[in-house]
Amino acid sequence: MTPPLVSVHNLCKRFGQPPALVHAVEDVSFEVRRGEVLGLVGESGSGKSTIGRLILRALDPSEGDIAFDGLPIARISQRQMRPLRRRMQMVFQDPYASLNPRLRVRDIIGEALDAHGLAPGKARRARLATLLETVGLEAAHADRFPHEFSGGQRQRIGIARALAVEPDLIIADEPVSALDVSVQAQVLNLLQDLRRRFGLSMLFISHDLDVVELMCDRIIVLYLGRVMEIGPAEQVCRSPRHPYTQALLAASPRPDPDAPRVRRLLTGDIPSPLSPPSGCVFRTRCPLATEACARQIPPMIAAGHDHAFACIHADAVPPSALPEATGDDIR
Amino acid sequence: MSGIHPAHVLAIRGLDVRFRTEAGEVTPVRGVDLDVFAGRVTALVGESGSGKSVTSLAVIGLLPRPSGGVAAGSVAYTGKSGVTVDLARTPASAMRAYRGSEIAMIFQEPMTSLNPVLSVGEQIAEQVRLHMRLDAAAAWRRAEDMLGLVEIPDARRRAHDYPHQMSGGMRQRVMIALAMSCNPRLLIADEPTTALDVTIQAQILALIDQLRKTHGMGVLFITHNLGVVAEVADTVSVMYAGEMVERTDVRTLFRAPRHPYSQALIDCLPARAARAADGRRLIRAIPGSVATAFAAPGCRFAPRCAFRDDACEAALPDLREIGEGHVSRCRRWEALA
Amino acid sequence: MNPISASLFLRRLFRRRLVLFAFVVLALIILLAILAPLVAPYSPTGMRVINRLKPPSTLHWFGTDEFGRDVLSRIIHGGRASLGIGMAVVVTSMLAGTTLGLVAGYFRSLDALIMRGVDAMMSLPDILLAIFLVAVLGASAGNVVLALAIVYTPRVVRVVRGSTLVVRELPFVEAARTLGVSTWQILTRHILLNVASPILVQATFIFAYAILAEAGLSFLGAGVPPETPTWGTMIASGQQFADRAIWVVLFPGLAIVLSALSLQLLGDGLRDMLDPKLRKAL
Repeated sequence: MTPPLVSVHNLCKRFGQPPALVHAVEDVSFEVRRGEVLGLVGESGSGKSTIGRLILRALDPSEGDIAFDGLPIARISQRQMRPLRRRMQMVFQDPYASLNPRLRVRDIIGEALDAHGLAPGKARRARLATLLETVGLEAAHADRFPHEFSGGQRQRIGIARALAVEPDLIIADEPVSALDVSVQAQVLNLLQDLRRRFGLSMLFISHDLDVVELMCDRIIVLYLGRVMEIGPAEQVCRSPRHPYTQALLAASPRPDPDAPRVRRLLTGDIPSPLSPPSGCVFRTRCPLATEACARQIPPMIAAGHDHAFACIHADAVPPSALPEATGDDIR
Repeated sequence: MSGIHPAHVLAIRGLDVRFRTEAGEVTPVRGVDLDVFAGRVTALVGESGSGKSVTSLAVIGLLPRPSGGVAAGSVAYTGKSGVTVDLARTPASAMRAYRGSEIAMIFQEPMTSLNPVLSVGEQIAEQVRLHMRLDAAAAWRRAEDMLGLVEIPDARRRAHDYPHQMSGGMRQRVMIALAMSCNPRLLIADEPTTALDVTIQAQILALIDQLRKTHGMGVLFITHNLGVVAEVADTVSVMYAGEMVERTDVRTLFRAPRHPYSQALIDCLPARAARAADGRRLIRAIPGSVATAFAAPGCRFAPRCAFRDDACEAALPDLREIGEGHVSRCRRWEALA
Repeated sequence: MNPISASLFLRRLFRRRLVLFAFVVLALIILLAILAPLVAPYSPTGMRVINRLKPPSTLHWFGTDEFGRDVLSRIIHGGRASLGIGMAVVVTSMLAGTTLGLVAGYFRSLDALIMRGVDAMMSLPDILLAIFLVAVLGASAGNVVLALAIVYTPRVVRVVRGSTLVVRELPFVEAARTLGVSTWQILTRHILLNVASPILVQATFIFAYAILAEAGLSFLGAGVPPETPTWGTMIASGQQFADRAIWVVLFPGLAIVLSALSLQLLGDGLRDMLDPKLRKAL
């Protein structure tokens, strides 16, 4: 059997030195399967972006293993990493800051090709035109500067840059959260198209549960650097088992004025990752917390096929009966 | 619009805002009609460039001078005294007296609106002293009370904290305390939860909702997030490219929108995506992007509109009343039904 | 940050009359210096002792000096040396400072080393350091350039390092790294291109400082040898006659003030233009 495209084991990332030690990612394990879109969802401090950067080795892991296509990459050098960069690419959140304002589009995308010796010389123009058309832009756009484009068009340029090297994996870090709703819709459709067309695997990082549910096959819910729940998108969003997932879903505004507003509001703030709570990191805001929660870090408990969550009050958490989130029943 | 409605706080009619720029005059806001009632929330919805924030700045008299100004229309505000004034024709000096005491505003990023070198208690106390003529001790007590009102835990101690010592959610609570400190009749909230995490956003929305109920103030809630609109709003005005295109109650907007843009915007939501045969969940996205060239005389949405005909591009359609409290700028609104 | 057309750039820059005025004055001074042999009415070295210390007249607009040389012609020719030295200092300190600043800002391991050196140099008064360096190196135009370049390089290092620290954290730099772009390319295409504006502003200021410092060094006898006409050597040799013939020092002094002031005004204008925060306020 071929190994999963990415597998992550007991991954930890801490920043700084005690006493200012930030626990960004703690003991995270998961796989990105071939051809799947895996969602990482969480609020600030959840470590979702850090995990993406660890896999790309834009950051060095503190502990744990990462394997890309079976190759261990957690501790290899940047030089050894370079040929692998062709196989994994990133799409960034900020369509303005992620493009060098002083370079023309052809140089921005061309740089990706140059870095790996692709489409040199005469082939370059045609390749650029193909790439731009793939993401819904025009070949003539290659001669323009980023500031001549709208936010959505810039995000398309960023996607074209990522696609230029024909990667296997795209790590999309909040790719639509800086965009207007109508532009967000276009870019989400584009990403789905590209995934089908090129058989891409994707790690899709977002704080927006609606977007993640739409885009992903499976979802990992993170809180303060730890995995709270992992499972198929529909199961996690329709019958969440972890109290945090339930709270997150309940707090997400539903675009339906008649949706029931019975809402268990989480009290308090997200604790600082400088001093995460002992035991279950969610216990300080959890409606079900007991003393036992402070004593041990809850293990992942299986909840059916492919679905698991980390809460010792497993039996006390019924699969909540959330309203159906599709639009079909609203109109 | 009588009897059954609570008192008007704000009634904007035909508002045009004009700016002089290097490239000549632009009108980023055209023909805005909008009502805010006491104890109710009016949402002003639109994407970037829709003019929703400029509209709010026109209400509170903070358009950049001298380049910007109200070119047409009226902004009727009914204050605590019951007297109605046209804020569009109120001189800057008189506007200053309204800001803070009658009309308060909260923004997306509280950090930039708070003074970093004053404790949060001092900032509220200063505002209270200015507008309510309280002495220092009474003002400080009021500041502590306000921080308690916005549910800041351990408010008396946190009053001594500086903005940078607080989380984003706490800072937004401080902003709300500051805004509420002089019992405003109108609260303008410009994307107040956009920078916050979802669980914190839910807290802040609940807080604003509770405060408008207990204090009976009108809220003008500016947002791009239709989910938030559905949560908080009683009535909604939708803006597109500087024009108000539809105004109605929140339920009608989501069930029976009568402007193609409102309808398309709701269809853009990921939660509304339909599953295609091949497993993709495609969204009915609006084709194209907001036109930046303001040359065309007709409906600004026409180039992207599925319902347009030739007449749509000939002249700017008027707002028309198509039902009880329901206004649309679409000539072809009946085609949407 | 956005590249804009040159004409729009200049239109915005010159919207402030004072900046336009400074630019015109500077252009005029530089043009005169370049065309010195063609425009100077007399030879800068032609001595006529009979004519010594004549006040300004229609023959000698700025009067004559203690050897009967035409002051105007000497100022025009002296501008070549003064402005030339200033320009050479700018080029040298920019090259050295930009390189060191980029390295310090991008490679964390070298940052401390470079910046402690910079701090040490900046803790010494500019002019004293320059005098010391010229004393060690020997007085010549080349060594004045070298000394002043060494004195002003730390300023450039600071500015470039500061901007580099900001730009290196921007997502497009991270994007380039994850693309596998080489460090050299990241430094030149991504960082240098985006820190060019503050470097340009700094260059105009250093140009002004260098003109002043060269004059100061020459005045103190620690600069260019007195037989070479520069604005500084003119004041130095003319100072003993200042009580009788003020024009001998007044006009070279005015040339220094005018060019330094114009450069500073232009630098201010550029800075306001290129700093987006200040630009909004305009």
